[in-house]
Amino acid sequence: MSIQTDAGQGPLGRPDAVPVPVPERDARPTPPPQRRINKHRNAWEGKPSPLGQGVKALVLTIVVLIVVVPLYTVVLTSFSTTADVNRSGGMVLIPGDLTIAAYQQILSGGIVTRAAGVSVFVTAVGTVLSTFVSVLAAYGLSRPSSLGHRPILFVFLVTMFFGAGMIPTYLLVSNLGLIDNLWALILPGAVSAFNVLILRSFFMGIDPAITEAARIDGAGDWRILGRIIMPMSTAVTAVVALFYGVGYFNAFFNAMLYINDNTLWPLQLVLRSYVLQGVTLPGSGTGQVDVATGAVTGLPVKMAIMVLALIPILLVYPFVQRHFTKGVIFGAVKG
Amino acid sequence: MPINRITWRDRLRRDKTLLVMTLPAVGLLVLFAYVPMLGNVIAWQDYSPYVGIANSPFVGWDNFVRVFNNPQFLHAVGNTLLITGFQLVFFFPIPIILALLLNSVITPALRTTIQSIIYLPHFFSWVLVVTIFQQIFGGAGLVNRLLAQAGFTGFDLMTNPDTFLVLITSQAVWKDAGWGIIIFLAALATVDPAHYEASAMDGAGRMRRMWHITLPAIRPTIILLLILRLGDALTVGFEQLILQRGAVGPGVAEVIDTYVYYQGVVNGDWAFAAAAGLVKGLVSLALVLGANKLAHVFGEDGVYRKS
Repeated sequence: MSIQTDAGQGPLGRPDAVPVPVPERDARPTPPPQRRINKHRNAWEGKPSPLGQGVKALVLTIVVLIVVVPLYTVVLTSFSTTADVNRSGGMVLIPGDLTIAAYQQILSGGIVTRAAGVSVFVTAVGTVLSTFVSVLAAYGLSRPSSLGHRPILFVFLVTMFFGAGMIPTYLLVSNLGLIDNLWALILPGAVSAFNVLILRSFFMGIDPAITEAARIDGAGDWRILGRIIMPMSTAVTAVVALFYGVGYFNAFFNAMLYINDNTLWPLQLVLRSYVLQGVTLPGSGTGQVDVATGAVTGLPVKMAIMVLALIPILLVYPFVQRHFTKGVIFGAVKG
Repeated sequence: MPINRITWRDRLRRDKTLLVMTLPAVGLLVLFAYVPMLGNVIAWQDYSPYVGIANSPFVGWDNFVRVFNNPQFLHAVGNTLLITGFQLVFFFPIPIILALLLNSVITPALRTTIQSIIYLPHFFSWVLVVTIFQQIFGGAGLVNRLLAQAGFTGFDLMTNPDTFLVLITSQAVWKDAGWGIIIFLAALATVDPAHYEASAMDGAGRMRRMWHITLPAIRPTIILLLILRLGDALTVGFEQLILQRGAVGPGVAEVIDTYVYYQGVVNGDWAFAAAAGLVKGLVSLALVLGANKLAHVFGEDGVYRKS
């Protein structure tokens, strides 16, 4: 047994070996920690059995298909002609003739167009207002040992644990004269304590040395927030804005409570009445053959309304989704 | 040390900008969260919207007595607990399993792609989700048409009270199970790979590594989410249920929230509905605080910690 082989096996392989002087560091060919059997897997992990891998692939494929197929068929049906819809006996799974007639129909004025406008207005105004107010509050609460930040924080926290209830909230909104007013869809839920806390945690995590340096250079809180904190927090702010935006765009119950006038309906209420409940769409010809195009009846139009309710999310989602994890981690509440 | 030396007047001067910044948010919360809390006073009144809160006579605990003696309310409570319990068993474990599965996918590109796809339905509205289910499983839906073409008799999952519990749970799973994994993946990402390597060196197989390293690593997260779920036990998919209550009837679809809505806003029995809502809010609060206490007893952080 030579020192040579001993070093080659590594000391652990030879418990009985006589203690030898520790060889030169370079003489030990210990495997580098990141040795991999393929690009991504460490050597020590071993290769899973083909059966295990097969089951895993199958399960994940099914999970992905369960999400994708319904969306695919909704979108495809909205672009299909009535003939194709009838031939496939309902939703279209295999593309045939494609047409945008359904979209021309719902977007040629009338209730769907108006509803889309309402939804866009409420979402845009609400998101800007909520994000703005939340960023300010989060910064205001994020400076260490500022006057009164504990009681103010408490004011926010309480709303996460105890809601006032639907009835008194409804009475308040109606007493404020906001029934059939779009502000009723914006103001009551404008501030989410959870989102404020996400932002606050992130702001508190920014190195105080940076803000201190700015302060010494004469910057006030407004300037520090605008010029230093905000540029460093675009990702988390984008996630919070998305959370707010999705909330406004998807809110259906508030609209059902506070908006009786159907010319002020947001898209979700139109979706509920004309697609889910199957009420005939006035003037837009759902359920009957449209004379002008002669092509499209109910189902493609319904699906087109659904796609309309999907589009904004699908548009924004790719830009924001890679920041989700960060946003959610910072949501961890720290008293 | 210097904090104690300066007076609150100096601190006010120093921090007034910060206070001004919190003002809009605090104002909105006070108006739309705290004022309604006070508005719950109508639960002790014989409230009439025509005379208002100020002039409605107080009636003591009458409304609460009515609430607790009301068979429909008790039925709604029963339904709520049934749905929560069912979802706790059949929904709660799914994100954990999915997260473990996804975490074992080692190609980063593939993993991110799958993640972005299964997060997506979380951002759809309930109206959209219910409509998609209706188009696929409803009486005139895709599955039924395909079954009919193949010569089978159809069924209408959307209006069948017997399968309603399964239906709403699958909707919830479709919408939110993917999103639910995000927090577990975050917890898994913090595990030091050295633990895995060390245990592999000691001869632990894949299953043992999962059991002894992965699962303990996400245990606090699992407990935290269980607590949040328990605190939410009385709030089950309000929008989801109110959208489908018409199709299957109140027998299975009436939960506390829908009951409060119909008694108050639809039937105009405001004081009674406010009392019912208040009972729900207080019980929920007690559940969150109690569950959090329980977590502390078991040595976990819980939702919040006294600092």
